[in-house]
Amino acid sequence: MNKIESPEESRKLLDRIVVDLTRSIVKKDELTRFWFFILIMFLGVGLWGWFIQIDNGLGVTGMRDYVSWGLYIANFVFFVAVSLVGLLISSVLQLLKFSWGKTISRAAEQIAIATVALAGIIIVMDMGRPDRLLNVFIHGRFASPIVWDLTVVSTYLAISVLLFYLPLIPDLAIMRDRKGSEFPKWKLNLYKFLALGWKGNAQQYATVYHAVRVLMILIIPIGLSIHTVTSWLFAATLRPGWDSTIFGPYFVVGAFVAGSAALIILMYVYRIRYDLKDYFEDLHFDRMGKLLVLVCLVYLYFNINEFLVPAYKMKSAEGVHLKDLFSGGYAFLFWFVQIAGIALPILLIQLKYFRKPLPLTIISVFVLFSSWFKRYLIVIPTMEHPFLPVQNVPEHFHHYAPTSTEIMIMLFSFFASILIISVLAKLFPVITIWEYAEEKGIDRKYFTEKP
Amino acid sequence: MKTLVASIGAAGVAGSNSILSSCSSVESVDGDKITLLTSSGELVEVDRSQLKPVEMPSLSENQKRGRKGLPGRSWVMVIDLSKCRNARECMKACQNHHQLHPEQHHINVLQMQDTEHTSPYYMPKPCQHCDNPPCTKVCPVNATFKREDGIVLIDNERCIGCRFCVAACPYSARVFNWFEPRDAEKYIGVTYNIEANVPQKKGTISKCLFSADRLRDGKLPSCVSACPNGVYWFGDRNEDAVTNGTTKETVSLSNLLSEGAAYTLMKELGTEPRVYYLPAKDRAFPIIAEN
Repeated sequence: MNKIESPEESRKLLDRIVVDLTRSIVKKDELTRFWFFILIMFLGVGLWGWFIQIDNGLGVTGMRDYVSWGLYIANFVFFVAVSLVGLLISSVLQLLKFSWGKTISRAAEQIAIATVALAGIIIVMDMGRPDRLLNVFIHGRFASPIVWDLTVVSTYLAISVLLFYLPLIPDLAIMRDRKGSEFPKWKLNLYKFLALGWKGNAQQYATVYHAVRVLMILIIPIGLSIHTVTSWLFAATLRPGWDSTIFGPYFVVGAFVAGSAALIILMYVYRIRYDLKDYFEDLHFDRMGKLLVLVCLVYLYFNINEFLVPAYKMKSAEGVHLKDLFSGGYAFLFWFVQIAGIALPILLIQLKYFRKPLPLTIISVFVLFSSWFKRYLIVIPTMEHPFLPVQNVPEHFHHYAPTSTEIMIMLFSFFASILIISVLAKLFPVITIWEYAEEKGIDRKYFTEKP
Repeated sequence: MKTLVASIGAAGVAGSNSILSSCSSVESVDGDKITLLTSSGELVEVDRSQLKPVEMPSLSENQKRGRKGLPGRSWVMVIDLSKCRNARECMKACQNHHQLHPEQHHINVLQMQDTEHTSPYYMPKPCQHCDNPPCTKVCPVNATFKREDGIVLIDNERCIGCRFCVAACPYSARVFNWFEPRDAEKYIGVTYNIEANVPQKKGTISKCLFSADRLRDGKLPSCVSACPNGVYWFGDRNEDAVTNGTTKETVSLSNLLSEGAAYTLMKELGTEPRVYYLPAKDRAFPIIAEN
């Protein structure tokens, strides 16, 4: 990092950075309005679906007594998985002092907040009696993994919000002081309020630095816990396909795969939409590509363990489950997920060409889709193969197929999480301005100057 | 609090035995007749004067005693597979007693075949009332629990409908109220009886309860009483005695288990079931495979 000595040059560069990085906030066009219209429309449709479900009972879904967990739980696991990117990028990379991680850590936190919040909401939508949610607090039994999950997921959300907010305070002050006139009054008031009277002195920076560091360390055990405990919702049962001792790390690594893919896609969207080619550089995509290969390799290792070892033994109940995955009704989906979600990214992204922004983003879309279907394959086939035969029930009890109401509610959760990210991007810079400017050699004293 | 449960108590109160006993205890006076539904699904006509108000404890009292169980008891069931002819009277009686839709089974008679070369047989499968129950472990709100007398019960006033217990149960013993329960409109205003899990509630779980409400009244569970083939033995492990629901014969539990080479379902899972099975040998009737 070379310090820029000339005040003129510093101010000029800072001005450019601030203009570029507040473009997402200032930019207003038809597309933005249309985008929010679409999001809110789908939200409305999904809420209507939930209303139907509450009115008629969970029977409006495709779930029945044997497959009693379906899309919602698969979605819950997916959301928890994607949210782990917050831990990976804004904590692990920073603590290991990879400086390229600074630029993308706010985008990672946006994803973490949006997905972990929706994980909490979708689980309420899965409940037969959401009106009794408070029973979990009134009658909570600490022996139940659900109570553990509730504890760590809410803690993770709280820490993620703080990890998003604390480094944002100096940015809010920059916007308050340098760009005040460009924002509508309510936005400026919001920034003033949230900036907490930031002055930008050394002591304040030291406080933020220490607080963020504590959070970065705290979020590691919490983040690992949320996905480990989520995996225990399955691994704590006796069912073939779930009764596994490696579910914790298997889920955590799978989460890093899903989260990295989601972050690459979001980086690409910001790069194009807000014209941030000089900020989300080719270098960032190159590094994220390498990171994706790394986590995919570890994930491959866990997949081999998870499937090869039981497949070698073919214990009776386990065998039925595995045959259904390998060559039965779920074979296409299973092999698609293994190939598009693990094998192809490992093979392709090792080539330099596929680490360029667009090719990497396209691969990431496949990886993210595969990650979702992977969760579907973890939840549903196991439930279709209980130990005892399924008899004396209607045909649709044997196999699960999601209904339209269920899909409406699932779309609600997707669009709601995208809405949270969109709102965050419209309110706050998508890259930490002050960290970026400092990285470019601009002294802190210029940050809070009035232009 | 006293509630008069005349017409509404139909499903639970009026087993054929209970009608007989109430006839003998109350003097018959001419008056209007009332139609009642027995637990085996038959309609019977009874003189109104023969009905007496049943004392129902309040909801909180009911839940409290329901959680505790019957002191000093340790209920067990023995199912003799060599006697089961798939009459399904147990399933019918159970569904009438517990307000269940036709596809909801607290007890389900399965057609089993262990290997390709062995004979098929019928296996009634109630909740196994495990002594190490996987379902109660995972419940986040203690809505399903193990009582002192060994019964695993449900409090559907507390259940949040997360269905973790369904995922945890290896015996597929649990059913969920995906829609409004059967005949929901007839049960409006009825005080919840935790020991029968009636009235059922939409969005909550249900399962076999060994007819805990009937046990409190000194009767055998609905399925046991309804069986025409002598499949079921039910009793108290502490007393080492079980009674056959069909023949009413009472024998020593330990003799029945050891002489009959009894076993429990999937004992390798460590769930320690309270339901014992006697093997399906020496059957006096042929079994025709359905599929």
